[in-house]
Amino acid sequence: MSRPVYLVDGARTPFLKARGKPGPFTPVDLAVQAGRPLLMRQPFAATAFDLVILGCVNVIQDEMNPARVAALRLGMGEHQVAFTVQINCGSGMQSIDTAFRYIRDGSHEMILAGGTEALSHAPLVYSRDATEWFGQMARAKGPIDKARALAEFRPDFFSPVIGLERGLTDPITSLNMGQTAEVLAHRFGIDRVTADTYAVESHKRLAAAQSEGRLKGEVLPVFDRDGEAHEHDDGVRPDSSVDKLAKLDPAFEKPYGKVTPGNSSQITDGASWVILASETAVEAHGLEPIAKIVDSQWAALDPGIMGLGPVLAATPLAQRHGLACDDIDLWEINEAFAAQVLACIAAWQDDDFCREVLGYDAAFGRIDRGHLNVDGGAISLGHPVGTSGNRIVLHLANALIHRGAKRGIATECIGGGLGGAMLLEAA
Amino acid sequence: MTDVFDKITPDDTTEAPKAPAAQNWRLEENDGTRTLWLDCAGTGTNVISEAVLRELDTLLDEAKQAQPEVLAIRSAKPGGFGAGADIDGFSDLSREDAVAMLRQGHAVLEKLAALPFPTVAVVDGTTLGGAFELTLACDHRIGVEGVKLGFPEIQLGLHPGLGGTFRLTNLIDPVEAMQMMLTGRSAHDSKAKKLGIIDALVPERHVDAAIAAAASGGLDHEGSFRASALRTRAARGLAATRMRSESQKKAPRAHFPAPFALIDLWEDHGGDASEMQKAEIASFATLLDSTTAQNLIRVFFLRQRLKSSGKGEHGIAHVHVIGAGAMGSEIAAWAAMQGKWVTIEDIELAPLGQTIRRAARIYERKHLSGIDTRDALDRLMPDPDRLGRARADLIIEAGPEKIGIKEGIYAELTNEMKPGAILATNTSSLPLASLIDAAPDPAHFAGLHFFNPVSSMPLVEIVSHDLASQETLDRLASFTTEIDRLPARVTDYPGFLVNRVLAPYMMEAMLILDEGHDKVAIDRAALAFGMPIGPVTLADQIGLDICLEVGRSLRQGLDTPVADTPDWLKEKVEKGETGKKARKGLYDYENEDPPKDPADDPDQQVIDRLILPMCNAAVEVLRKGVAPDADTIDAAMIFGTGWAPFRGGPLHYARVRGDAPDALRRLAEKHGTRFDPDPGWDTLG
Repeated sequence: MSRPVYLVDGARTPFLKARGKPGPFTPVDLAVQAGRPLLMRQPFAATAFDLVILGCVNVIQDEMNPARVAALRLGMGEHQVAFTVQINCGSGMQSIDTAFRYIRDGSHEMILAGGTEALSHAPLVYSRDATEWFGQMARAKGPIDKARALAEFRPDFFSPVIGLERGLTDPITSLNMGQTAEVLAHRFGIDRVTADTYAVESHKRLAAAQSEGRLKGEVLPVFDRDGEAHEHDDGVRPDSSVDKLAKLDPAFEKPYGKVTPGNSSQITDGASWVILASETAVEAHGLEPIAKIVDSQWAALDPGIMGLGPVLAATPLAQRHGLACDDIDLWEINEAFAAQVLACIAAWQDDDFCREVLGYDAAFGRIDRGHLNVDGGAISLGHPVGTSGNRIVLHLANALIHRGAKRGIATECIGGGLGGAMLLEAA
Repeated sequence: MTDVFDKITPDDTTEAPKAPAAQNWRLEENDGTRTLWLDCAGTGTNVISEAVLRELDTLLDEAKQAQPEVLAIRSAKPGGFGAGADIDGFSDLSREDAVAMLRQGHAVLEKLAALPFPTVAVVDGTTLGGAFELTLACDHRIGVEGVKLGFPEIQLGLHPGLGGTFRLTNLIDPVEAMQMMLTGRSAHDSKAKKLGIIDALVPERHVDAAIAAAASGGLDHEGSFRASALRTRAARGLAATRMRSESQKKAPRAHFPAPFALIDLWEDHGGDASEMQKAEIASFATLLDSTTAQNLIRVFFLRQRLKSSGKGEHGIAHVHVIGAGAMGSEIAAWAAMQGKWVTIEDIELAPLGQTIRRAARIYERKHLSGIDTRDALDRLMPDPDRLGRARADLIIEAGPEKIGIKEGIYAELTNEMKPGAILATNTSSLPLASLIDAAPDPAHFAGLHFFNPVSSMPLVEIVSHDLASQETLDRLASFTTEIDRLPARVTDYPGFLVNRVLAPYMMEAMLILDEGHDKVAIDRAALAFGMPIGPVTLADQIGLDICLEVGRSLRQGLDTPVADTPDWLKEKVEKGETGKKARKGLYDYENEDPPKDPADDPDQQVIDRLILPMCNAAVEVLRKGVAPDADTIDAAMIFGTGWAPFRGGPLHYARVRGDAPDALRRLAEKHGTRFDPDPGWDTLG
């Protein structure tokens, strides 16, 4: 059985920049903030879903299986089955892909699929020695034991590393994600100015999308307990310029590296949901789909060049559906790093690469910047890792409608050497 | 789908049969455990009545014969062990009858306390007053999670009278025991365990095991170290002095004698349980006879009366609030806390943020747990896209007090509201008659007037008009009760009930000020009468601009004379000195605090000028049929404004005082026609 699957609606929180302390929302708080108004604007009850799937990488201890916690907090009923998926930076797309396959295969009619991440809540991680010491202290009985344990304390036990830093380091190659982008910049000859120029454009596009209302209905305001209303992605810098970015030092490989905080994605908190439905559900509830999910693909490659994941995942989609470069009207390639996105574009333009790696006779083609990340991306609005995959699919669907375009691909690189891609058509 | 949890949970707490010849007790015998289940006939809540104690007396005799390993006393009601003593008809007892009844009750509890085998009370849910006292006569108390124990008697102008004073002060730290009795505050589960009131705190599923533990001596009660320290009268004297000054700060002895009687009782007899028991009976009987207790018991019944006027199905699960000002926010936060799904809209985002902040603060003040706070905030959704309008069962409009704005909102709602939904306005100053034409469906339109702050003022006026359907009004009243507020049904009248009666309090204060009196003296005189807040402070709090507006609309809408507004008040408002919100009004909040302590020797003339016009207005609204009866008016003033509760309300006060019309006539001769006694005095009983 292969049934059509529709994306009928979706919404996300503004992406909130991590500002050196835990933000106002946990991962599930964010999912609830985005989910409440989304569910409220549907013509059906919150209990009408067959399943809830939520992507989340950094699950906090109080919210194991955040999908289920979110479903219950959203009033979706105690009978709501819900599970959480994790494939690192692809988690928010993994949730959509799982939902897509379940509906396509006929076992489900309507699924709420999302992604959430509160990177500002990433825990501090103590060294193994320090953890052992804490355990010894806890087990110590009586003053002598305690004193003995205490004597073994070393000051560096109190030097935890932020868990996030570890999470962004590849466990196989020990390269930081930024370093994998440096590798690509080097191999594809992406220079600093090109990367910075790309980053500036990302900010300008997001600023324009915000002021021209192209995110209306997609980004919904959230409200914290201190009374603050967060309306927009707050990492945007409309006044960004190549000159300003040129002043930043490399973030990962000093002093010669090309990847800086200015041309990398921002560390942010945010959540995103989409509603996927079968034709049956669309008819039963009188829904108006915005897009049809046509196909999806995952791919894998050497973790040290994970940034090429989009090329390896998206190309089979194009090949399977006989699509040339020009047949794809809009691209969302998650902006982990400007150099990494530019390397993908370069790879698709490279005859040798396309012939030897992708099996084409010649280069796939040139993806015009005018068709790529048209309303900004993770460099300007941030990259809450478990959420981004969901956001780019949702935004692609909305952008297709806004621009009257037909077909698009949303794709992302995934730390650990993976790529994910999804082919959409406007409904 | 079936609710599985429900399916595997038995409907009844126990299937034990009623004890022979008993109406209120079930009896169960199981493996050496004899259980007496309290199950008061014909009611959902246990109360400790004379019959309950009489039947218990017999059951205890039988138990003594049967010699079980352990006697357990527990409740068959789902809501808790019991609400307290049965105070129906309580206040009518003569002193001698009261003493006789108390002695009988004490004898039963002493019999329980003296049983030769272990006795255990299982306390759950609400366990208050007399019910709490019954359990204190047992050797052990096993608390079921969520239990709430306390002595609310002080709120009725009494103190515990069934042995609570000497048993609790002997059981736990006497200072903590006294605090509980003096404040009426109850101890929730882990707090009760910490204080030593209960010997174990278990979930319902472990109650039997805990009873068995008690039977085999495995449940210890930890004695209080402070109890021994306070065995001497001198040591108690020090503590008592502190308690007296604390109590005096909260409520003066002249109006609230009960706390002081309780402190005396403990100071004099705290070292000797049997002396304290005798003194408790005498002191309780004396308090019961006092005007304060009589009036506070009356207030208790007034509360029940308002509650019972809001019952039945209302079908309101989702509330949508329009306007996130102070009132809209408070209403939304409160309804969400009470379990409703709430959306709230405003034309700006910033006030919606403030709604959440305000809600979080209210939940903190109300001691909600982290999880309960989260759940309440999850139910409270800021709704800038107005999605709730089409989904809500009840829309509460709390927009600006301008007819044009409200008309605009109502016009939009006409096409948006779902069929059968109610539109209620929280207006306090606009006549409903002026809004009926704009309402989408007048039959489903009414006033729902909350008082500020909603979280501490329990009253809500349900305002009717000619075209409102009875069903709509009933649903609103029932909704009000469900969210733990008290409905008062009133008709469309300038200021409705409460503000109409309250307005002269402030308006007269302005004229007294105008005559050169000191504002602090005016406020302190009102406090001495027992008002919760002086009229000058109150005017500042409400806002002088709003006071002006109220005065204007009353003059326009009433056919009785209303006090003039001094010119300087208008000038003050024009200068922006509008009261507390502007940090400057009649008081300058940068440099002075309004008084909180009542005058020792207040000017009775001032008090009469402030209070009697309220009584007069109360008679007027009764005559005009604004409220169904005098009791509703008294209740509304007490629960909507905090009107001196121990005086029983403005009409009750006037009735007891007896000379109100004459006093008004004298004031009218001196100060003008605004004091003319209302024609309704003639027919007032």
